[in-house]
Amino acid sequence: MATLATVVVLGVLAVVVVTSPGWPRVKATFFDWSHARAAFPAVWKGFGKNVASFLIAEPLILLIGVLVAVVRSTTSAALFPLRLIAVVYTDLFRGVPTLLVVLLCGLGLPALELQGVPTDTFWLGTFALVLSYGAYVAEVFRAGIDSIHPSQVASATALGLSNGQAMRHVVLPQATRRVVPPLLNDFISLQKDTALLSSIFVFEAVFTAQDYGLYNFNYTPFVVVAVLFVALTVPLARFTDWLGRRMMRRERAGAR
Amino acid sequence: MSDTALLRTENVRKTYGDKVVLRDIDLVVQPHDVVCLIGSSGSGKSTLLRCLDLLEDIDDGSIWFEGQEISDPRVDARAVRRRMGVVFQAYNLFPHLSVLENLTLAPRKVHGVDSTAAEARARELLESFGLADKADEHPDRLSGGQQQRVAMARAIATDPALLLLDEVTAALDPELTGEVLEIMRHLAGEGTTMVLATHEMSFARDVATKVCFLHDGAILEQGTPAEIFESPREERTRQFLRRVLPT
Repeated sequence: MATLATVVVLGVLAVVVVTSPGWPRVKATFFDWSHARAAFPAVWKGFGKNVASFLIAEPLILLIGVLVAVVRSTTSAALFPLRLIAVVYTDLFRGVPTLLVVLLCGLGLPALELQGVPTDTFWLGTFALVLSYGAYVAEVFRAGIDSIHPSQVASATALGLSNGQAMRHVVLPQATRRVVPPLLNDFISLQKDTALLSSIFVFEAVFTAQDYGLYNFNYTPFVVVAVLFVALTVPLARFTDWLGRRMMRRERAGAR
Repeated sequence: MSDTALLRTENVRKTYGDKVVLRDIDLVVQPHDVVCLIGSSGSGKSTLLRCLDLLEDIDDGSIWFEGQEISDPRVDARAVRRRMGVVFQAYNLFPHLSVLENLTLAPRKVHGVDSTAAEARARELLESFGLADKADEHPDRLSGGQQQRVAMARAIATDPALLLLDEVTAALDPELTGEVLEIMRHLAGEGTTMVLATHEMSFARDVATKVCFLHDGAILEQGTPAEIFESPREERTRQFLRRVLPT
């Protein structure tokens, strides 16, 4: 029954698209096999930059996220300036659209002409993604830290652990486990947002496809890029779902 | 202080806003004492224990432990807590660590014991608490009674001078209460100094060296189990005992 329903729904959708008046033009511009083949090598090479940017950004984002979240959960008066910086950072970078962060970093930072600031927009763009996603991930970690019951800290304190040790050995490990599904969700989003580097002329997949389109008046490469992104994100998305379901089963099993 | 008391409180007072939760608490605990705090819920038993471990600040009075005034704000609270063990009503085991790791965390990170020695000591304790086969399990696989026994083992793994127990059987079935009380009798028999808040009157009667009846934040009456249970001086104590003792 489920299969039948799926076939009918997809069939109807396909018929609507294929019989639409503009379909022949769309087909020629976006679904041309020869253009797909011609553009593929360049697009594939560009896609390597998306993956590289993602792989470099992810560990840095995790690091910043944990640091900022831990700083925000401290209470000591001496650390107030750090807490203030952490709050301003998260508020600022969660508020500014990621595209703007990328544009500002990519075009603004080199204009400062500071020693040691790279001029390669790939690095500047990746840095922008780290800034922007670091703020999101910090909030995810903070929610995880806040979700740990205060009795766990009381227990650690009673055993003589310092606040730092309680955070490191008791709170953070439990918090991290809880936030893995939302974290993976943010990382799926990050994979896609590497496409924003196209706005500062990095020859990643989208920019390469756009370049091809402008020279050849054919946008099939965009579809190729879309397929590549889907192929990259779907496995991670399924893994996230699976992990979330497993955790829910565990929590609901009561004794387990 | 030159006397032999392990712990002494003088006029301890604790308030939450306008509410006075502890008043004029004078308590002396000698080495090897088993002091039972009894009284209705909300009488201040748990708060008193939390104040003794410096988990709560007191508003007035003083607490002396091992000859040092620990209520002095300049005292390093961590150094004091290293010498005390606490067991909570809800066990508060660390769910992400195995039973063995629960026991070795404080010895390794706080007391600087190397992990081989810490593990050996932990296994020895688990053995004597009848939990040798649970060392590598995670706490959520254990029954409530087993979890509470692990919590006891964790509290004494650091060889504290004083053990504070906060209604450790209150969350357990009568059936499981027995196995935890058994451990407490065992520890008392070994000479462990304990202060415990409890509703287990028969335990207090059999094992305590001193019983304190708390009412409305004050120790209304204290004495040997015989004095408190057989001939209570205060009418409030009599009322309380009538309610909790089987007739």
